[in-house]
Amino acid sequence: MTLENFIDEAISPWMLEDGPDKDIVMSSRIRLARNFANVSYPILAEQDTLEEIRSFFEKEYAHQSFQSYEDLEFVSIRDLTPVEKTVLVEKHLISPHLAKHAQQGAALISKNEQVSVMINEEDHIRIQLYFPGLQLRKALEHSFHFDDWLEQKVNYAFDETKGYLTSCPTNVGTGMRASVMMHLPALAMTNQINRMIPAISQLGLVVRGIYGEGSEALGNIFQISNQITLGKSEADIIEDLESVVNQLIDHERTARNHIIEQSGTKLEDRVFRSYGVLQHSRIIDSKEASKCISDVRMGIDLGIIKNTSGNILNELMVLTQPGFLQQYANRTLKAGERDVLRATLIRERLKLEK
Amino acid sequence: MECQECHERPATLHFKQIINGEETAVSMCEDCAKKKGYMSYPEEGYSLHDLLTGLFNFDNLKMSNPSGKQLKQVKDLQCSSCGMTFSEFKKVGKFGCAHCYESFASRLEPIFRRVHAGNTKHFGKIPKRAGSDLHVKRQLKSYKEELKNLIESEAFEEAAKVRDKIKALEKGHREPEAGDEI
Repeated sequence: MTLENFIDEAISPWMLEDGPDKDIVMSSRIRLARNFANVSYPILAEQDTLEEIRSFFEKEYAHQSFQSYEDLEFVSIRDLTPVEKTVLVEKHLISPHLAKHAQQGAALISKNEQVSVMINEEDHIRIQLYFPGLQLRKALEHSFHFDDWLEQKVNYAFDETKGYLTSCPTNVGTGMRASVMMHLPALAMTNQINRMIPAISQLGLVVRGIYGEGSEALGNIFQISNQITLGKSEADIIEDLESVVNQLIDHERTARNHIIEQSGTKLEDRVFRSYGVLQHSRIIDSKEASKCISDVRMGIDLGIIKNTSGNILNELMVLTQPGFLQQYANRTLKAGERDVLRATLIRERLKLEK
Repeated sequence: MECQECHERPATLHFKQIINGEETAVSMCEDCAKKKGYMSYPEEGYSLHDLLTGLFNFDNLKMSNPSGKQLKQVKDLQCSSCGMTFSEFKKVGKFGCAHCYESFASRLEPIFRRVHAGNTKHFGKIPKRAGSDLHVKRQLKSYKEELKNLIESEAFEEAAKVRDKIKALEKGHREPEAGDEI
């Protein structure tokens, strides 16, 4: 496979589209948790029941289209190789939980990879919808329409006072988790983010690393999402989240300008050193790669590095994950081998820009 | 420094024990520390899930009534639909089916309040089919409020129109107005 073809496969089409504040906000996501009304949740249900649900979705929704979400592909988790599973997780199309634990798990993924529906995860149904940049309202609107479309054939578990009944009490009510992926290098560099996280959590929002719960903020990418799902409408939750995100964007821009004014040469040095590492290293682990990619991306945003696309961060962040490297190599790789291939892939990718 | 137990891996953990005023120090690797029982917690550490199940675990037994006597232990609730018991729910932190919400209702309010910043009632989307009656109910409520405001401001012609809408809605749930989007 050529590198170009591989990148085409690795990068979801929607990721390349433009979105508001895309230099700082990489993506907006809405996730809705839904369940069948009269069926035990996956944690307790018999294998036969889960199998019924799985085949119901295959029969009713495989290759169906809804609005711009065309040709839903039905993917059975048990038919995937370990590497294929990892790749879907790294693309955020399925959760680590679905990949690991769900024997009867499946996913419906739209052609543009903007919508994915996880089946038999913690809940029977989990709808996920992505938009590039900061577009929470649009994502919410689209996810509601998609939800209505699914509901035509599914009797949802719903209660007048408790809302959508989910397996975990932390999702009950709206069943919605809205999240925004942000690149905040200047706030991280100046240590401001650590002071902001406690304040943000007081507003019922959570800050995490790129791969969700428990993951560290690799490459200065932070995920901010709502914690509360009961007692507030979806629109209100999103408004709160958006206002915090907008403030973070402002702070990040201010911090970037401040760094340029105060120590412009130092910043330039850091950016170009990282650029040099990416262009020339022969062995690079994912931590160092993430740090350098983050520096270079900021350098592009601030005009320090010219003639290179800003999308490169989103792209390299995905490409350099273990699953993708192994898919590219077409075999399982040891950590040491991965570090070598990672360095090669990054070098080649940067050459494509010239 | 190498591990004092296996002498293979580097020592990453250092323990100090004081027994009867006598101090001993050992350094070992994580594997040996686990084997020796120095580390009792599981590998994954403390996850959000542990935190949540911790939140659910406030036993009635610990709360004492005004007379200072301990409350009798409440019989374990069980969901009639999926068979999950309330103690199982507290352990795993997940419901077994939608009916559990009803079965455990008497003990869930404090949990919801803790997890959702004091909230216990849903405000938000209502499913189109599963909630169609509720849609009508909410529509009626908003018409009635509108009617009240119109009467207060003496806009009787408008009020009459709204009143007709309410009548139509109450008669049959499928009048044209009922199908309108909210």
